[in-house]
Amino acid sequence: MTDTTNTQAESAEQQNGSGDINSAAAIAANKTPATSGEVKIHCVDVDVFYGETQAIKKVSIDIEDKAVTAFIGPSGCGKSTFLRCLNRMNDTIDICRVTGQIVLDGGDIYDTDVDPVQLRARVGMVFQKPNPFPKSIYENVSYGPKIHGLASSKAELDSIVEQSLKRAALWDEVKDRLDSPGTGLSGGQQQRLCIARAVATAPEVLLMDEPCSALDPIATAQVEELIDELRQSYSVVIVTHSMQQAARVSQKTAFFHLGLMLEYDDTGKIFTAPSHEKTQQYITGRFG
Amino acid sequence: MSTTVDFTELSAKHTGEANKSRLRARYWAEVRLKAYGIAAIGVAAFALVLLLSTIVGKTAGVIYEKYITLEATVEVSDRDRERLADENPRMRANLRGVVQDAVAAAIPGEIGRRESRQASSIVSGDAGLFLGDQVKADNSIIGQTIEFDALLDDNMQLYLKGIVGRPEEIKSTGPLSVTAPDEDGIVTATFDPSDIGPIFEAVREQRADDAERARAEQRRQQNAVDVTEERLLEAETDEERAQIQTRLDNFIAARDRAEANADELFRLATVIGEDVSYTLSESDPSLLMRAGPGWLKLTEVERGRATGTIYLPLSDGDAASADFAEGEWQAYIMERPESTRLQTDRQVVWMENFEDRGLIKEVLNTRILTQSDSASAELAGIWGAVVGSFWTMIVTFLLAFPLGVMASIYLEEFAPKNRVTDLIEVNINNLAAVPSIVFGLLGLAIFVSGVPVNIFGTEFTIGGFLPRSSPLAGGAVLALMTLPTIIIAGRASIRAVPPSIRDAALGLGASKLQTATHHVLPLAMPGILTGSIIGMAQALGETAPLLLVGMNSFIQEPPADPLSPGNVLPTLIYQWNSNSERLFDDKTAAAISILLIFLVLMNALAVLLRKRFERRW
Repeated sequence: MTDTTNTQAESAEQQNGSGDINSAAAIAANKTPATSGEVKIHCVDVDVFYGETQAIKKVSIDIEDKAVTAFIGPSGCGKSTFLRCLNRMNDTIDICRVTGQIVLDGGDIYDTDVDPVQLRARVGMVFQKPNPFPKSIYENVSYGPKIHGLASSKAELDSIVEQSLKRAALWDEVKDRLDSPGTGLSGGQQQRLCIARAVATAPEVLLMDEPCSALDPIATAQVEELIDELRQSYSVVIVTHSMQQAARVSQKTAFFHLGLMLEYDDTGKIFTAPSHEKTQQYITGRFG
Repeated sequence: MSTTVDFTELSAKHTGEANKSRLRARYWAEVRLKAYGIAAIGVAAFALVLLLSTIVGKTAGVIYEKYITLEATVEVSDRDRERLADENPRMRANLRGVVQDAVAAAIPGEIGRRESRQASSIVSGDAGLFLGDQVKADNSIIGQTIEFDALLDDNMQLYLKGIVGRPEEIKSTGPLSVTAPDEDGIVTATFDPSDIGPIFEAVREQRADDAERARAEQRRQQNAVDVTEERLLEAETDEERAQIQTRLDNFIAARDRAEANADELFRLATVIGEDVSYTLSESDPSLLMRAGPGWLKLTEVERGRATGTIYLPLSDGDAASADFAEGEWQAYIMERPESTRLQTDRQVVWMENFEDRGLIKEVLNTRILTQSDSASAELAGIWGAVVGSFWTMIVTFLLAFPLGVMASIYLEEFAPKNRVTDLIEVNINNLAAVPSIVFGLLGLAIFVSGVPVNIFGTEFTIGGFLPRSSPLAGGAVLALMTLPTIIIAGRASIRAVPPSIRDAALGLGASKLQTATHHVLPLAMPGILTGSIIGMAQALGETAPLLLVGMNSFIQEPPADPLSPGNVLPTLIYQWNSNSERLFDDKTAAAISILLIFLVLMNALAVLLRKRFERRW
């Protein structure tokens, strides 16, 4: 760390970080890149087409285990599309076609013998809008373990539900009303419920598509804290529009622009010394 | 080329005089549109009120049914005694004789052979069976004299409800004296010449109408005469002339006859009630006289004097001449001539007498709900049709609902979007608009009759596996008709389930099938059920396709299972409506009311489901 960045960070903190572009850099600069360096998902030359339109062009990226990787970039740059490739959610769109290699723990997930359903159990996903099932909290969390046969008894299922809710930092708030509908919770609670639901299937990778965009700042802070904790056990990939958020929660950041991944590096480096001109312009708010 | 526009000038137009009138025109247009809307709603509301009031008004006529309280000694034949002792409830005894004797006993005085037929048709044809049932329930009353209620014949019930009119009282002030009846029961009554004048008025009007008709006939014949005379002048040969002359003579004779007839009728019309005696015919209004406990029917009238037949004895004792002071007697007129109604004057008099004696009873009509169809209007009920409708609806639901749900889930969740599925979608939507009778024809051909096929000399029949008239066949046809409705409703409500729910399930690693059955279907179910109930309600009111598969048969017992012949409420309404017996009119209205109640209940259930489970995303 250089003195200049430190000074920047201090001044950013004095401005309380609200809306100031520099604050993202400041937050990022204060972080220590604590990555394991182990590659969880290895992507080579991934192209995605929607019909004739190419949405993702030749993206190659190594997503690390036990780290939070953030995808940032202006709207329509393809970061969500790429995220949805990682658990083959794009398969549900008829006209979508994916080429290239995405290797999870040594196996290509687009191999013909890979069952997308099984894959999605290993690569969990949290969506932009909280989307709990209109069922009880307990049923929401227990659904995944049930369909994948993770629990052999009711007691085991109960403890999976409890631990998942605890991991999602929701247990204390809902432990007395597990039978009440999940849709009755507040927005932030709903999103944490969705995270608990994803965690309950014991995935190895957790994909988050703008998980805080529908939440207020307090709920956002809770979810971010949670993401930081989840990093201990999972590889977390998060798409975000908020550069402050990327800076706060991620260790690695990838910058997408017009379907290309322009830059991928340690979060601290991206926000303080981006090597690409577009990245520089984006994080300083000159476009996007 | 565009011209330059000065926008300041345009702005000035907002405040100009032209603008004011434009504004006025706009307001006026709004007022007009509102008025049209209100008028349209008014017309619709009026039509609805008219419809409902007609139905409810007619239904009111069958809410009660009329019984007569009779007294009889229950004497049964040995054969009937055996049947009455039999445990089997289907072994019924018809104690018609007992009931007929009881009716005869209830009528004061002697009744002759011809009158006894009229007497026994006062009560329902099944009154003997009902008495038999009563005796069967309690064999100890055999041989005893009991009082029992006998259901009145539909014509008598209609009479008591005043459908054909009741005798109207005529002013009568002076005394009346009646001679002793001769051997034919004919008497002569004398009264104040100023009495019962209005009666003559009514008869006179009737005759004047007839005379007018005779006069018209005379004019028609005159016309023929005129035309033929002209032809005669134009005729060229003698032979032709002779032919025409013969025709002319015929016409002239006919005209003279018509003229004489008309003159006579006009003369009669003026002299009725005068000193000349006038014989009343069956097509004249009936003139009746009540004197003391008895009744007379007048057959010949003149001023101050009338000849009549004793219908009920005027005194309790032996037949002799009798005098009645003012107030002890009363003259009546039945405007409707005896020949145009199904109640004879004798029966009218009897019914009046029974009512005066308090023998007529009004009982809440549960028969219409608990009994099945019958040829006699007073016995007919809807129960068989309700059971038939129930079986039909069960079959329809069991066939259409699973098929509809499966089809809609497949089309929405699994089917690839291509030309074939587009074609299927368009066709399903078109099927919903196909006239129901077409489904009836299809069902008749495939389910009931079967389609004969001849391939390379081998003849066989495709289909034709369902029995005609059965709720199974009817239900299958209605299922064909309801299927598109359910599919359309099902697809709409499946589409209304937000994609985020599917994403959530798929993101957790649920398969497409699991996503559909665990999440999409349960969420769409209220909507699918609502659509299905509306489709079923439509099917419940459907008539045309069921007529084709023979569900309009005359069936007197409720179908025990979906394979037995039965009919349904709408076809029963159709049958009853085409029945000539007047009481069936009212029963038709009652059946319509009940059908409407069912439909309203089903629609209410659909609304309730929608309200209860409606979810906003």
